[in-house]
Amino acid sequence: MALMRVTSPHAHGPLSTSAVMQQVLLATVPGVLVLTAFFGFGTLVNIAFAALLAVSFEALALKLRGRPPGFYLGDCSALVTAVLLGIALPPYSPWWLIAVGIAAAILMAKHLYGGLGYNPFNPAMVGYVVLLISFPVQMTSWAPPRGAGEVPGLLEALRACFTPGSFDAITMATPLDVLKQNDALLVRDLWAQSPQFGRWAGLGWEWANLAFLAGGLWLLYRRIFTWHAPVAMLAVIALMAALFYDGGSSASGGSPLFHLLSGATMFGAFFIVTDPVTSAVSVRGRLVYGALVGLLVYLIRVFGNYPDAVAFAVLIMNFAAPFIDQYTQPRTYGHAGTGDGK
Amino acid sequence: MRKIHDFHGGIHPVENKHQSLHTPIRDAGIPAELTLPLSQHIGAPATPLVAVGERVLKGQLVAEATGLVSAALHAPTSGTVTAIEPRPIAHPSGLPAPCLVIASDGEDAWCELPPPCSFETLERPELLARIRAAGIAGMGGAGFPAAVKLGLKPGTQVETLIINGTECEPYITADDILMRERAAQIVRGAQILAHLVAPAETVIGIEDNKPEAIAAMCAAAEGTGIEIAVFPTKYPSGGEKQLIELLTGKQVPSGGLPMDVGVVCQNVGTAAAVADAVEHGRPLISRITTVTGAAVDEPQNFEVLLGTPMSHLLALAGYRAADNPRLVMGGPMMGFTVPDPGVPIVKTTNCILAPSAQELPAPPPAQACIRCGLCAEACPASLLPQQLYWFARGREFEKAEAHNLFDCIECGACSYVCPSNIPLVQYYRAAKAEVLQMRRDAQKAEHSRQRFEARQERLEREEAEKEARRAARKQAAEEKARRAADAGSGEADPVQAAIERAQARKAAQAAGAASEENPLQKLEKTVVTTRERLEKAEAKLAQARSEGADHIAALETGVEKTRAKLAAAEQALQDYQAQQTPAEPAPAGDAAQAAIQKAMAARAAQANKSPLEKARDNLEKLEARLAKSEARLAESRAAGEEEKIVEALASSVERLQEKVAAARAELAAEES
Ligand code: SF4
Ligand code: SF4
Repeated sequence: MALMRVTSPHAHGPLSTSAVMQQVLLATVPGVLVLTAFFGFGTLVNIAFAALLAVSFEALALKLRGRPPGFYLGDCSALVTAVLLGIALPPYSPWWLIAVGIAAAILMAKHLYGGLGYNPFNPAMVGYVVLLISFPVQMTSWAPPRGAGEVPGLLEALRACFTPGSFDAITMATPLDVLKQNDALLVRDLWAQSPQFGRWAGLGWEWANLAFLAGGLWLLYRRIFTWHAPVAMLAVIALMAALFYDGGSSASGGSPLFHLLSGATMFGAFFIVTDPVTSAVSVRGRLVYGALVGLLVYLIRVFGNYPDAVAFAVLIMNFAAPFIDQYTQPRTYGHAGTGDGK
Repeated sequence: MRKIHDFHGGIHPVENKHQSLHTPIRDAGIPAELTLPLSQHIGAPATPLVAVGERVLKGQLVAEATGLVSAALHAPTSGTVTAIEPRPIAHPSGLPAPCLVIASDGEDAWCELPPPCSFETLERPELLARIRAAGIAGMGGAGFPAAVKLGLKPGTQVETLIINGTECEPYITADDILMRERAAQIVRGAQILAHLVAPAETVIGIEDNKPEAIAAMCAAAEGTGIEIAVFPTKYPSGGEKQLIELLTGKQVPSGGLPMDVGVVCQNVGTAAAVADAVEHGRPLISRITTVTGAAVDEPQNFEVLLGTPMSHLLALAGYRAADNPRLVMGGPMMGFTVPDPGVPIVKTTNCILAPSAQELPAPPPAQACIRCGLCAEACPASLLPQQLYWFARGREFEKAEAHNLFDCIECGACSYVCPSNIPLVQYYRAAKAEVLQMRRDAQKAEHSRQRFEARQERLEREEAEKEARRAARKQAAEEKARRAADAGSGEADPVQAAIERAQARKAAQAAGAASEENPLQKLEKTVVTTRERLEKAEAKLAQARSEGADHIAALETGVEKTRAKLAAAEQALQDYQAQQTPAEPAPAGDAAQAAIQKAMAARAAQANKSPLEKARDNLEKLEARLAKSEARLAESRAAGEEEKIVEALASSVERLQEKVAAARAELAAEES
């Protein structure tokens, strides 16, 4: 038997890309469960249908590009995109909305740019923003959480998805919306008046955020990503909220805790901002990247036109990532200057 | 206790060291045949001193160091030299290389060795000479000749002498067992090295996964003032640069040497060899080598004679070839695969790793880089491996260099952690090779541009000289004609006219014969006569003007023409002077001027050569170039560089071959 000639290193660590992706998928479970508990099966149906479509689109795109689909599907990246978009979409979205979103994410944002690793923009967020701009009504109608309204069952959820005409959607403004529209009441009174609010933030939302936080911390513990981008993002959001809290007046932007546990904050911090492909690469770069996402999220939420802003903030920063990289190259061993060379 | 610093990155691969540590060092005995590659390490190959058929004794010098960075070779046992020829050796290229082959006679008879002595009695130069004579090369990594590293410039102050007992690579235990069993020898070696470089402190650095070795070394170092520094296990803390940072907090500047931060670093194996060489006069003829991996039944450490075939050691350790898809010389992180088990052990062979297929599986196909940044976290040089990979793949070498490609120590930590299984280090090696090649090419292009410009300049100058000569001839003739006419007019004294005619003739002759004359005088004369003519013509013109004569226009053009000629002649003279002046010593410090002078002198010498000599020179130069590019081609083939590079190199070799053939033909023609 001829001896194999390969170059060093000969040993390889235990981690593989598919393992990374699978762990990310696993880490979304608590958040998805909490969303389901409060908003019903809508999110689960979203995810299931999105996953089916994503894998088919991915296989199709790979086939068209002449790549072996079996090998590339193995990296599970399409599934991750599907799950993330499924979570971000409002529960009880119609099938065509999901289909358009997944097509935009997989075909346009990912494969048009050359596939995994080459996409400058986060595919799930591209899908989300395409939908938000094209179908603002569908994209901003959230179901009321358990405790503030009636929650449909599984069958109804399926009906909502596949025969949208036969489903009467009940919707309710999200807490972020309510706060934004408010210009008369003190935050305290608003809280007492609106059924959407819970202990610290939106009813249901606060638990979903905590669940995503837990998933994120587990990923951190597993060293799937580093703390820099998420922590920077959360810190800046909290800081901005503290600056503009305004003691809870009618013009208040909401408390730091409210912002940390509202909307897609934790989901964004641990599952979107940490997307390695589209963020900055170095440690310092990721700090800057995360901080700027946090800043944009707050600014758009409070002063912009959209109630939540993670998708826009992330896409804008995707643009900026290469520039951040350019200015945050770490100091190489043996080179003069400062930086995180150690 | 010393403060232990940390370095960025690093990884914790499974150590797999215990397997080979169950038994003490075993003597591997004398194999029937020993193969000594003449080039065992970085630097120039050694020159053989023995002939085929000659009998050699154990320890006898058989090849001497050539050049600065080179180390001598000694016969590891007594026997007969049977061949000096290319043999397959353990080198990343896998190419055969010149080797000296000794058939052992089994007697193991020593040659006469220098008398034992104690190092305190030896002066620095003597010590250094002993180390050099023993052929000691760094026994850890690249195998830099020890004497070269230790030969400090006078006046340098060494802060820290570091003896490296880190052995951070998985599987390898050669240094570990050496420290356990021969601690005293290592400490003596360290003392000798300290005596040699006079450092402010001497530190032996060991990773904390070797408690027995640490205990043994601490005991041996007791009372010597040598410090044993223990630090956490992390790959690659044994890398010279990383170890220096760990122990001193200082970073070796990029492109610099440890000495730049006042550090000299030697491996424990080297220290032991130094003790042997200085105290007993014994040259480096054996070393400790770990044989390990799941494809051998009894992993262990051997004391092995240099030149022993790997297969000999493997057989002693119970090798199962069928279970072993790849055979690695060195460790799993930085070792390289060998083409067959027959290749010999060399000074740097610290480990033979024979893993089973399950142990180190064949690398799966690489997936896309997801920019997860794990590689950047692991990189001990604080590089951004994912960016380097991107640039190397896209052949954006400038960007790769701007991201400090050349600070990569090829430790493999990035490839190890990469979840997408990208062979990152392979990309960096190829990119480095290509950048170096491009630099060489750029240099070559610059040279030929300079050559071209010099030639152009010479042609122009020759043209100007020719022009000046022609002008001088013509002027002399004109002068003559005019004088004749003047004489004919009868206004002047006929005798005077005759004299003048004679002079004019002489001048004309002189001008005609200018080629034999000193060119400077000739040019000067041209300028002088042209200037005279110009003055005369101008005077005539002035006169004509004042008289209102009708041939003013004709005179004017004449003056113009003469003026132009004068300018040309002056220019030619100046050029010539400019070319000549450098022959005088240039003002001190003007390097550029000196370079120009040298080039001019070379050109002048070239010009003086006969065509035969020129042809011969030309051929020699071309042959040298051909040899170089052939070597480069072989290198890149061996290193498995990208096909395109290899092709480009091959075609340049072909071109050179054609040129050499042409030059040969020319030479033959000249000779006949
Ligand atoms: S470890 Fe591999 S996949 Fe991750 S960034 Fe580095 S090269 Fe890319
Ligand atoms: S091989 Fe080079 S780039 Fe990779 S970790 Fe080592 S030093 Fe860094």
